[in-house]
Amino acid sequence: MEIGLNHYLALSAILFSIGLVGVMRRKNLLLLFLATEILLNSVNIAFAAISHYYGDLTGQMFAFFVIAIAASEVAVGLGLLIVWHKRHGNIDLDTMSTMRG
Amino acid sequence: MFEAIAFYLFAFLTISMFYIAVTTQQALYALSAIAAGMLFISAFFFILGADFLGAVQIIVYSGAVMALYAFGMMFFDTTREVKEKHGNSMIVLGLSVLVAFLVVVIFAVPLVSGNITALYPIVEGAGNTQEVGMVLFTKYLVPFEVAAIMLLVAMVAGIVLAGKKMDLSLTLMNEAQIRDMRDEENKKVLS
Amino acid sequence: MELYLYIALFAPLVSSLFSALFTATPKKMFTGVVASGLIISALVSSIVLLVHILNGGGVVHVELMTWMETGDLYIPFGFVVDEVSVTMMMVVTLVSSVVHVYSVGYMDHDKGFNRFFSYLSAFVFSMMVLVMSDNFAGLFIGWEGVGLCSWLLIGFWYHKESATWAANEAFIMNRIADLGMLIGLFLIYWHTGTLQYTEAFAAMPSLNTEIVTWIGIFLFIGAMGKSAQFPLHTWLADAMEGPTPVSALIHAATMVTAGVYLVVRSSPLFDLIPHVGLFIASLGAFVALFAASMALVNRDMKRIIAYSTLSQLGYMFVAAGLGAYWVALFHLMAHAFFKALLFLGAGNVMHAMHDELDPFKMGGLKKPMKWTFIMMTLASVALAGIYPFAGFFSKDLILEVAFVEHHFILYTVLLFTAGLTAFYSFRLVALIFHGEERYKLFGVHPHEAYKFMLIGMSPLLLLAIIAGSFKMTYFEMVTALLPATEYHIHSHLTFWIMTIGTQLFVGLSILYAYKKYANSSITVPNGTSKMENSFVYKMLFNQYYIPYLYQEYFVKPYRELSTVFWEQVDMKIVDASVDGIAGIVYGTGEKTRAMQSGNLSTMLKWMVAGTVGLLSLAVVFGLAARYSGEIKTILSGLGV
Repeated sequence: MEIGLNHYLALSAILFSIGLVGVMRRKNLLLLFLATEILLNSVNIAFAAISHYYGDLTGQMFAFFVIAIAASEVAVGLGLLIVWHKRHGNIDLDTMSTMRG
Repeated sequence: MFEAIAFYLFAFLTISMFYIAVTTQQALYALSAIAAGMLFISAFFFILGADFLGAVQIIVYSGAVMALYAFGMMFFDTTREVKEKHGNSMIVLGLSVLVAFLVVVIFAVPLVSGNITALYPIVEGAGNTQEVGMVLFTKYLVPFEVAAIMLLVAMVAGIVLAGKKMDLSLTLMNEAQIRDMRDEENKKVLS
Repeated sequence: MELYLYIALFAPLVSSLFSALFTATPKKMFTGVVASGLIISALVSSIVLLVHILNGGGVVHVELMTWMETGDLYIPFGFVVDEVSVTMMMVVTLVSSVVHVYSVGYMDHDKGFNRFFSYLSAFVFSMMVLVMSDNFAGLFIGWEGVGLCSWLLIGFWYHKESATWAANEAFIMNRIADLGMLIGLFLIYWHTGTLQYTEAFAAMPSLNTEIVTWIGIFLFIGAMGKSAQFPLHTWLADAMEGPTPVSALIHAATMVTAGVYLVVRSSPLFDLIPHVGLFIASLGAFVALFAASMALVNRDMKRIIAYSTLSQLGYMFVAAGLGAYWVALFHLMAHAFFKALLFLGAGNVMHAMHDELDPFKMGGLKKPMKWTFIMMTLASVALAGIYPFAGFFSKDLILEVAFVEHHFILYTVLLFTAGLTAFYSFRLVALIFHGEERYKLFGVHPHEAYKFMLIGMSPLLLLAIIAGSFKMTYFEMVTALLPATEYHIHSHLTFWIMTIGTQLFVGLSILYAYKKYANSSITVPNGTSKMENSFVYKMLFNQYYIPYLYQEYFVKPYRELSTVFWEQVDMKIVDASVDGIAGIVYGTGEKTRAMQSGNLSTMLKWMVAGTVGLLSLAVVFGLAARYSGEIKTILSGLGV
């Protein structure tokens, strides 16, 4: 049984939707960040697979940049998280409603 | 055959790890599951022949990023169960499945026409790392440098945000002020 | 010569803009002086141009710049000084110079002194554009410009309800007529492909007579509005609400004669359609009689003079309609001088009497206002057409034209009207200047106007007396452009009988007016005398009930119609749809405000929903792009 591009894309889609479930369902900010990592990784799989099956390195390049972005996002995001925690003593999403319309 | 077995095995493992990560009540479990999931994903990269990417995945994600999360978690009470009240879980599930379906439709039913030509084709006879280096330092040099600056900025931002008393500048203070500050800190430690 | 043309044209514009700088500031004497000086410089330039034309220097024609050039349409800002336009330029600049100087004194105590000069000079500029343009488009600009300035000046005292009403009436009446004029211009362009006078008139004879007739009719409708011919005449009498210098300049000497000028200018066109010309002449004769009859009983000094203007315009249209264009233009010129003089004299009287307009409340003013008395009397003599004043030469000529052309009905009407003219003119003079000093009852202390105002008026007086002697010079000049028909009555006997008869008739009318109104038994009418209760008097006094009819049958139904449209169409359809759109937007905002709960988790859910939407769109478009061929065949099968 040959494993084709579609298999990888399907896997990527499944992981992406798992990530979305996490994003929508998590109320703890830290765990929400973890869910976003899942989203980024699922996309990385798709990039790598496409790169492999089309014989083109561009996909891998994008995967590198995604990793770089993820790293900086974590750095800044965790910094903000810590500031928030110092101020309010929790990191619960439901308490963050200062942008109420 | 080997490839298929490996794919299904790691697919199963990744999905289950990530599933645990988004459903568990324990923050520590979630973190461990994610770290494991990242490792399993690197396996896909190795299967796909992207050795360098797999290595980076292990080092950066499973190593650095997860370590960062672990450090971040130390600030918070991780032993406590994360209490989360959930709204309508059907909406969450429905939307996610819909997204997955649409993505699959877009890619699997090839709506995008097939005439994609390789922009930077893989060079015969060169290792993956060598190829990546060649492309990264020629065609993607500018984005690469920009990404480097971005990481630097993120680092500075992380330090400034998380650090203590970052609004004080020793170079702008005179001797007396610095001495006072030191004394105060020492008092705190002693008491 | 081009330099003088530009000075004559643009000096009034400069004057207007200069005065406009000071409109928001209190009265500045120098605006009046500068404006007068600039207008006088335009007068001097016009005189230079006149001399140039008289010496056979030829037509001065310039093209300032291209105004419109699209496809076959080419309209330049072209100006021409030929025999006809130079006559008009002389009239316009001369009368406006006098009026400017006069206004410095007349508007002395008015708060809007600077504004007044700005408007007045703007009017002169528009009038110059009107008369000097070498094409119908430029003429139309001037035409609208004078209409606008007329509106501004009639409504100059805008705080008065009646003034604004009169201004609007004048403007709307002119608008109605201008529509006719515009249609005429469109027809000209449609059938000849040009709006230049020379080219358009050259193309006219080859056109279908029916088309030329329609062009003539529509152009004359425009002329009717501007020259206040029946049935669009009501605005002229109401326009007397404006300051008196305005009445002298605009509503006697220049703007109202623009209609006559248009007919004269279009003489090659009207020559082709004598039946329309006859209609114009008949209408002119009717208006002459009609207006003169209303002037007989009116008790408003300025309205009497306004009706007299209307009547004289009727004379001009008779001449123009019968093809005697040069006679019409000559009467236009002579009339401008003595009618402006009459109005300015009336302005002096008004000033002296503290804006009292009823001549029955004056009387015996010849002692305190000697010079004004002399001027108004001489102007009235000229208007009545007594030898050797200007009116005799121009007005008798019109009578002769009617006679020579064998239109005896017109002749009779005009002759009768000449008698009426003499009567109402001297009724006014007698009431104002002779008889008992009735003004004393009202506690007024009249005084003569400023010296410089009287000196300013003197050129008009001089011209009102001697303008007739220029007749042959004028005839030789203007017939270079207009048909040179001389109107001579072949039999000498008939000629002398006619002339002396007319003079006698006019003289008797004057004497009758003096006898009736110069005696000491005249009192302020109080509506009890037998004459005032007669049907004819009432009809004349109420202007044949025409304003009433207009009010009843045009204004009121229109108002009702507007109300219906306002309530049914505007409120229920237009407003409702606009409000509905606003309501939808507002309601959507109100409903979706709840979405913005500030809860990040909810926002993330919405974000995912948005992603789903975008992905669905991507799928739809992708499918459409992939199966575009099939979709097209299906759609064509459905007949789309």
